[in-house]
Amino acid sequence: MTDPNPYSSAALAEAAEQGIKIAGFLCNWCSYGGADTAGVCRFKQPTDLRIVRIPCTGRMDPLFVAKSLIYGVDGVLVSGCHPKDCHYAVGNLYARRRLEMLKSFLSFMGIDARRFHYTWVSASEGQRWQQVVTEFSEQIHRLGANPGVRKQPGENLKPVGGQKEAPIP
Amino acid sequence: MRIGVFVCQCGTNIAATVDTEAVAREARTFADVAYATSYMYTCSEPGQQEIQRAISEHNLQGVVVAACSPRMHEPTFRRAVAKAGLNRYMFEMANIREHVSWIGNDRAPNTRKAVDLVRMAVAKLRFNQPLIALKMPVNKRVLVIGAGIAGIQTALDCAEGDLDVVMVERRPSIGGKMAKLDKTFPTIDCSSCILGPKMVDVSQKENITLYAASEIESINGYVGNFIVQIRKKATYVDWETCTGCGLCMEKCPSAQAPDAFNEGLGATKAINIPFPQAIPRKASIDPLHCRHFTRGKCGVCSKICPVKAINFDMQDTIVTEEVGAIIVATGYDLFDHSIYGEYGAGRYPDVISGLQYERILSASGPSGGHIRRPSDGREPKDIVFIACVGSRDPSVGRPYCSGVCCMYIAKQAILTRDHLPESNSYVFYMDIRAPGKNYDEFVRRAQEEYGVQYIRGRVGKVYPRGNRMVVQGADTLLGVQVEVEADLVVLATGIEASAGAGDLAEKLRISYDQYGFYMESHPKLRPVETNTAGVYLAGACQGPKDIPASVAQGSAAASKVQALFARDTIETNPQVALVNERACIACAKCIQVCPFGAIKWKELRGDILKAEVLPTVCQGCGLCNATCPCKAIQLQHSTDNQILAEVNELCA
Repeated sequence: MTDPNPYSSAALAEAAEQGIKIAGFLCNWCSYGGADTAGVCRFKQPTDLRIVRIPCTGRMDPLFVAKSLIYGVDGVLVSGCHPKDCHYAVGNLYARRRLEMLKSFLSFMGIDARRFHYTWVSASEGQRWQQVVTEFSEQIHRLGANPGVRKQPGENLKPVGGQKEAPIP
Repeated sequence: MRIGVFVCQCGTNIAATVDTEAVAREARTFADVAYATSYMYTCSEPGQQEIQRAISEHNLQGVVVAACSPRMHEPTFRRAVAKAGLNRYMFEMANIREHVSWIGNDRAPNTRKAVDLVRMAVAKLRFNQPLIALKMPVNKRVLVIGAGIAGIQTALDCAEGDLDVVMVERRPSIGGKMAKLDKTFPTIDCSSCILGPKMVDVSQKENITLYAASEIESINGYVGNFIVQIRKKATYVDWETCTGCGLCMEKCPSAQAPDAFNEGLGATKAINIPFPQAIPRKASIDPLHCRHFTRGKCGVCSKICPVKAINFDMQDTIVTEEVGAIIVATGYDLFDHSIYGEYGAGRYPDVISGLQYERILSASGPSGGHIRRPSDGREPKDIVFIACVGSRDPSVGRPYCSGVCCMYIAKQAILTRDHLPESNSYVFYMDIRAPGKNYDEFVRRAQEEYGVQYIRGRVGKVYPRGNRMVVQGADTLLGVQVEVEADLVVLATGIEASAGAGDLAEKLRISYDQYGFYMESHPKLRPVETNTAGVYLAGACQGPKDIPASVAQGSAAASKVQALFARDTIETNPQVALVNERACIACAKCIQVCPFGAIKWKELRGDILKAEVLPTVCQGCGLCNATCPCKAIQLQHSTDNQILAEVNELCA
């Protein structure tokens, strides 16, 4: 039975099932600002991307990418400040090494490495952001839905590191 | 947790392409969401009151606002929830304007995306912890980098407010580009007459410490407590003892050093005081042209100096200054006009830049204020000005308008007529940009009162014919090719970012645009601030500007610093890393990667080592968090669990 309300939970879930989902991890200082700039300039982009704001690409744990790709998203885009322009001086350089390393492990993990891309976009480069999103989204659309997707382990997220949240000072 | 969700319509900015009612309806089905609504303008006063009302009415413990970018209104909403008694970090934003409604027109996918983003924000919020900011003392001294008119204005305004000012200028004298100008538009008042007294004020204010011929070596620390290392370059003259008498300059036998102050027109002595009004009025040696350095013998200056200030063995020295705020006023450089090969600058001596012509017009210039062309010293009769040299031209990577050239050509054409009433001036222009107060009237005066001939069109070629230059161009209004014979061609060279702007930005940890101009925090509403707290911008380092705009921004930056220093303490950002000592295995990886030295060893019970974060030094990048092999160190407000919660929702 079709739902008359196009935005009801059932309809949304159905649409989401068909749709491609891309996770974006963006550094707060450059690329998140670049994505804002693109929005302010009304540069049209595909709507598959969901952006997670992180303080710096140096914060990127390769786990975030791996977990996203294993448990459901069809592509992961990471973007930060251009090398030498990092708000925290060197965070993006560490990110580059880690993500480069991760890239070489993805196929070993059974994930098409083309589903992962990392790049640098500054806060002023709205146009470049539009181009990055459009090209990556098109690439993921060509690859189609992620076949390696496993179902979530469960509703509850297990805290990592065997710890509860860090205590308040 | 009881969470409230507020979906902003932003008038029609969001509501036009996102069904905000549907997003709110959907949000009500999320776990822990106790209240969800859609509102016309959530950031407005009634909108904020609505949040506060809902917090008390529904006993909310956390709030999600789905609206514009958190870079825009996160501080606004944090204050709003804090007023209602919540901790300001029990708040999350979903960006459904810049990242959704403004970049797509399809209502259904936009609405789905907005729902996803809200669900992610709610998921993160469930893991949020209240955070408390620490209070830090503020060092009420300010560093001003660059001593052109913007830097001078900002330093004087700060000093006027009883702040200690440290001023760093890389050239041997302050004054910047304005000191080189002859007159200023649109009033034609003498540049050095209005700048000179301000320069003197800088040298006389007791609370301004001036480092000329110095550059920034490194900057550490954070707002309220920066530690700055300044490299004082070797000038080979002890400025403590130099009296600026100028005797050395008179007697120096090496007279072939390029005269930077006169833009390379003419030469100066190897030991020189850059110009008569220089502040500080001290001599310095150009080691590339000094005979002592090039030939190993001379020393005339050291023999003649009455106070024995010459020191050929001088080395660069590093001094350390501690300040609480930094104002960057590094100005601009001129576009290299020789890039336009067809104009022949660099090949033909009579094709010069606008600033070179300014020196020729100036009474303190190489020809003493008499207009003489560089090649043969003759008075020119016909002078052609070419506008937009390195402005509004994507082919040379300068698509922006430099903003001042139209005005300074008009001024120079007027001055030329004043100096040489018999001369003819021609201006090749694309458009006339004269948007300031009395600017358009000024250009009109040049055209109507002074008879300057304005030809709308680009110049294709400049080449010599006999001892004159031929300027070939188009008159696009008449639709004909034109050819003007001229004695002197002045190129209205545009403004570009100062050399080394990128290096300095790296040290300051501020960003710059693709042309090298520093990025302000918000193009309209925060034009003076940068995204690095405590670092402010003044003048043309932020983008091409004329003198009034530079002065205005200099004063604005000074008032920002005064406001920052009005309190004795500032609140630190509590979004810093925190170590769970039970999980820490003391591998020291976090200590190695921290760019700020914010992690130290801590000894427990005498012999057990654990990492410890200094919360006032930590900048919150999270590099340690990603590095820690056992996830014992967590960046608060962006913990692994918070980010993974968002990822989980995305995967759901």
